[in-house]
Amino acid sequence: MTGAWPPPEAAVARAPDPADARPLDIDTDLVRSWLVQFLREEIERRRGFRRVVVGLSGGVDSALTAALCAEALGPEAVLALLLPYRTSSPWSREHALLVAEKFEIPTRTIDITRAVDGYLDEFEPGAGGHRRGNVAARQRMIVLFDQAFKLSALPVGTGNKAERLLGYYTWHADDSPPVNPLGDLFKSQVWALARAVGVPAEVVDKPATADLIQGQTDEEDLGVTYPEADLILHHLISGRGTDDLAEAGFEKKKVELVARRLESTHWKRHLPTVAMLSPTAIGEWYLRPVDY
Amino acid sequence: MPLDIAIAQFRPSKGDLDATLDDCAEAILRAVGQEPRPRLVVFPETALTGYFLEGGVREQAIAAPELLEALNARVGGEADGGDADGVDIAIGFYERDARGIYNSALYATLGPGGGILHVHRKVFLATYGVFQEERFVEAGAGIRAFDGPPGRIALLICEDGFHSVSGTLAALDGASIILILSASPARGAAPGAGVPGNLVRWDALASAIAAEHGVFVVVSQLVGFEGGKGFAGGSAAYDPRGHRLMAGPLWEEALLPVRVDLDEAARARAEEPLFSDLERSWTRLLVNSPGSGVRRPVPEGE
Repeated sequence: MTGAWPPPEAAVARAPDPADARPLDIDTDLVRSWLVQFLREEIERRRGFRRVVVGLSGGVDSALTAALCAEALGPEAVLALLLPYRTSSPWSREHALLVAEKFEIPTRTIDITRAVDGYLDEFEPGAGGHRRGNVAARQRMIVLFDQAFKLSALPVGTGNKAERLLGYYTWHADDSPPVNPLGDLFKSQVWALARAVGVPAEVVDKPATADLIQGQTDEEDLGVTYPEADLILHHLISGRGTDDLAEAGFEKKKVELVARRLESTHWKRHLPTVAMLSPTAIGEWYLRPVDY
Repeated sequence: MPLDIAIAQFRPSKGDLDATLDDCAEAILRAVGQEPRPRLVVFPETALTGYFLEGGVREQAIAAPELLEALNARVGGEADGGDADGVDIAIGFYERDARGIYNSALYATLGPGGGILHVHRKVFLATYGVFQEERFVEAGAGIRAFDGPPGRIALLICEDGFHSVSGTLAALDGASIILILSASPARGAAPGAGVPGNLVRWDALASAIAAEHGVFVVVSQLVGFEGGKGFAGGSAAYDPRGHRLMAGPLWEEALLPVRVDLDEAARARAEEPLFSDLERSWTRLLVNSPGSGVRRPVPEGE
């Protein structure tokens, strides 16, 4: 009677198939307008801010976030902060500047090396790469939030759904900004949207890296590629079990790896656990939404 | 007879009742200033407060007479000669009464000669996934049509419309137009439709209700973001053959005019008498339904 014929296929209901990534297909025009509207409303209307700060790493997530913020609020309302550490790849800076130039976003560079090393060199000289990465990630958030305070701006987060589900981020660092446009998009969906928005190919097509440890890439670190992890995660959180996916032809070792990461990081996707003592415990009994 | 309706695709100022009442009144006054002047303005579900209030319903719920009084005070309807006198409104709100709090829809005529004609309390409370209604509000008892100045009308609220029995009950009670007030969080961005997946579902549902029962269906959708959940708008109206008459924009507030001829319902029912088939069979079906308390042997082969 109404609507297009044939009607759109029910992508989310597809049976698992490692060769069929269509469940992750998105209408990039729709998602772009959706997220632009989201940013306008959550930042300006709901929270009353006119400006935002985004940590621009040179990677695709922060590039897309900055581009969407510029589209939503105007590039002059966005400050992209480049926050290099002494071990950061020079390509990260090059790519971040490429993105800023493309979307006409003002930048400021604040080197976090002395802040990070001031703590580590004096008190924890033996800290390994993982700990140094966490300290750097948290230092970046200190700068991001302080710059936001100074400018009466809101920090905007850049984490994607795959990272969040895999727990592949530093807790109370990458996940701490109060507004995040990409948190319900898998990495392959971020790539698709970034291409549609016009993020430079050098940024979209390079191997994803947190750039916390020299030479590290996310996919080597995780032991699974993002397209594989995205599809496995999609089916797992849609109610399929690891055995279902293995039977459908997914590589069992990778399914188990992804499932283990998913199941061992639920805590990371929540606020701290508070001892409940009363029938007015905040967030348990006393329930008010974030924008109330 | 033609009935001019304005669908107020509306974004509340969440948690600010006074500001939202002002905005509702302003939307009504803008609507009645349009040509042709609408007889009825239809707002979405929870237009007065926003949808996701959690325990905030305790602070935001008001009584139906209080709501009408507040709107009349703002549109100049307490004295004769108000611009909106005689205009009907359907509006969604969290309702407080002595027994509890409900997700309700008020239908009323504005002005000194007006008053409340009907209050529908949402029967099917969404309590799954992102929804938690049963935790915070009580369920309504039933679905009834009522006689409004434009004709016989029924109100449904969001998930009410997802259950085919709701449209059936409204039609059996004589409704020739069903107003569905909705706050449907956008979800699903698969390629193909160009709109969020929930609106594709609404399009199919509302069209099916209209075509099955030979009634007009008007769907008024909330707009705006609440804690990351986006209400996309996309309000729409359907004729008694299930054809979409119009569709509102995505993401934006809008006053959307739609003209319906309620006599068309009778013509559609004459062409395809599904409704009279339903009326004839309804009582027999109920008596022989599971849970009716009547057990009769089922003949072999039935």
